[in-house]
Amino acid sequence: MIPDTLREELKARIASAITTREAAVDVMKELQRHYGWLTDTAVHEAAELLGLSTLQVEELATFYEMIYRRPVGRRVIHVCDSISCWSVGCEEIMAYLQEKLGVEPGGTSADGMFTLIPCACLGNCGEGPTLMIGDTLYGRLTPERVDEILEKERKVL
Amino acid sequence: MEQVLFRHNKPGRPVTFAEYQAEGGFAALKKGLKELSPLEVQQAVIDSGLRGRGGAGFPTGKKWSFVPRDLPGPRYLICNCDEMEPGTYKDRVLLEANPYSLVEGMILAGYAIGCEHAFIFIRRGYETAAMNLRRAIGEAREAGFLGRNILGSGFSMELDLHVSAGRYICGEETALMNALEGKRANPRSKPPFPAVKGLWGRPTVVNNVETLANVPSIITNGPAWFKGLAGIPEAAGMKLFCISGHVRNTVCVELPLGMTLGEIIDGPCGGMLQGKKFKACIPGGASTPFFTAEHWGVPMDFDAVAKAGSRLGTGGIVVFPENTCMVAATLNLTTFFARESCGWCTPCREGLPYVREILTRIEAGGGETEDVEILREHVKYLNYAFCALAPGAMGPVEGLLRLFEDEIREHVVKKRCPFKN
Repeated sequence: MIPDTLREELKARIASAITTREAAVDVMKELQRHYGWLTDTAVHEAAELLGLSTLQVEELATFYEMIYRRPVGRRVIHVCDSISCWSVGCEEIMAYLQEKLGVEPGGTSADGMFTLIPCACLGNCGEGPTLMIGDTLYGRLTPERVDEILEKERKVL
Repeated sequence: MEQVLFRHNKPGRPVTFAEYQAEGGFAALKKGLKELSPLEVQQAVIDSGLRGRGGAGFPTGKKWSFVPRDLPGPRYLICNCDEMEPGTYKDRVLLEANPYSLVEGMILAGYAIGCEHAFIFIRRGYETAAMNLRRAIGEAREAGFLGRNILGSGFSMELDLHVSAGRYICGEETALMNALEGKRANPRSKPPFPAVKGLWGRPTVVNNVETLANVPSIITNGPAWFKGLAGIPEAAGMKLFCISGHVRNTVCVELPLGMTLGEIIDGPCGGMLQGKKFKACIPGGASTPFFTAEHWGVPMDFDAVAKAGSRLGTGGIVVFPENTCMVAATLNLTTFFARESCGWCTPCREGLPYVREILTRIEAGGGETEDVEILREHVKYLNYAFCALAPGAMGPVEGLLRLFEDEIREHVVKKRCPFKN
């Protein structure tokens, strides 16, 4: 269950929309922020708030790269694997992260800290290879820099 | 060199509202709303020759003119800032430096088409740009540039920001409208075109960030001035180019349309990285066919690039050095498009993974001679897809077949990638 304050905030957001479902992405994002991922409970809550069926919410939730319908670690690492980052070595960075975290793409480290996901172009093409954690973009990755980033992100919480 | 969009840039921080105004910002808005009729604003944009900067290059003023004027009820304007075309980061750089030209351009565009509610659809991950836009919209509202009866002109417009959650297809204009409505972002059939039946079934114009941000300078300085900015007589205006890959400086720069590819790489990019030789590039984002050294002298403008067999696209240039395997590069691009396909139509949903499998096989040394023909057929077949995603995805494949067929055959004959030891 979400706290009443969040419920009221979401209701206000929905009320300001031209049509109710226009707010669907915002609602899913806020629920995900609260639960860590979009849980089944969250899907039900979103459906109720938006006046949609759970199936209608589900077809939106599964569409977007940044909405997680499965449990994730406390920090989600999105590694760009598109052409500019590819040309400057994103495959090596991905391999390094897999080894370092002991996970396959899509997996979560044993300590529950990091989930590793390949993703589409992050729009940081001039500074590749690139990854994003939360709202922060990191570019010009090397194994050493990846180590520093993981250390820093561990301390965020 | 004269700068239009980057004119207000400050080192290491965004320009402020006060600075933008002191440097002539929002003068175009005042001129447009007080001295010009909506049709005159539209005519200035038509006369300027401004073409869409988001990839397709459609004449902007002409697009506006398709909106029916006499129809009662709302009309919408959408700024497409779902910049997810791999190799493209120009709109992010622009908005991180200056959100005001876009806001001002949108108000002018809204005035021209009679829109009372406009939206900026921005991708996930552009947090700084989104923050700048929120601030700019607030400041513009405070100053009376948005809201009811703007500058006493009788024209009213609201502007809202929608932050997406990450999916390439949302950049396709009809898919974008579904996304904004809170529906699954599958594309819609065209016709009806958005100008007639768009957002919530109403007449809608969708323009790219860079396109709209150019509008204020056209109103301030006139269409002839804008046209003259280009480097060749056939082109009009400046263009943001964002370069990535193996050049010395991977920069986002504003250059006159019509500069040659070689001039861009040797000029602002400072040439290739030390010890690297140019092999090929993508000239305008992931969906454009490759250019090679033989295209070094092609003027980077819509028509000239099209004549040379590719597309200017977004202006996102990705440069590959000599040791790049073009089969592997094309495989990376196809993998992206196959994953980003929305799955709505069969040619795209089934065709792209099939092309990806063939390229994977060739790259791994298991390709057959007839694979070349199968790829060639798919370049044709995927044109029958529902939207532009699959034909775009076939751009690099078509380029690979036309320019690097020998390299594909070498993989097949040697039963391995010749670039790997």
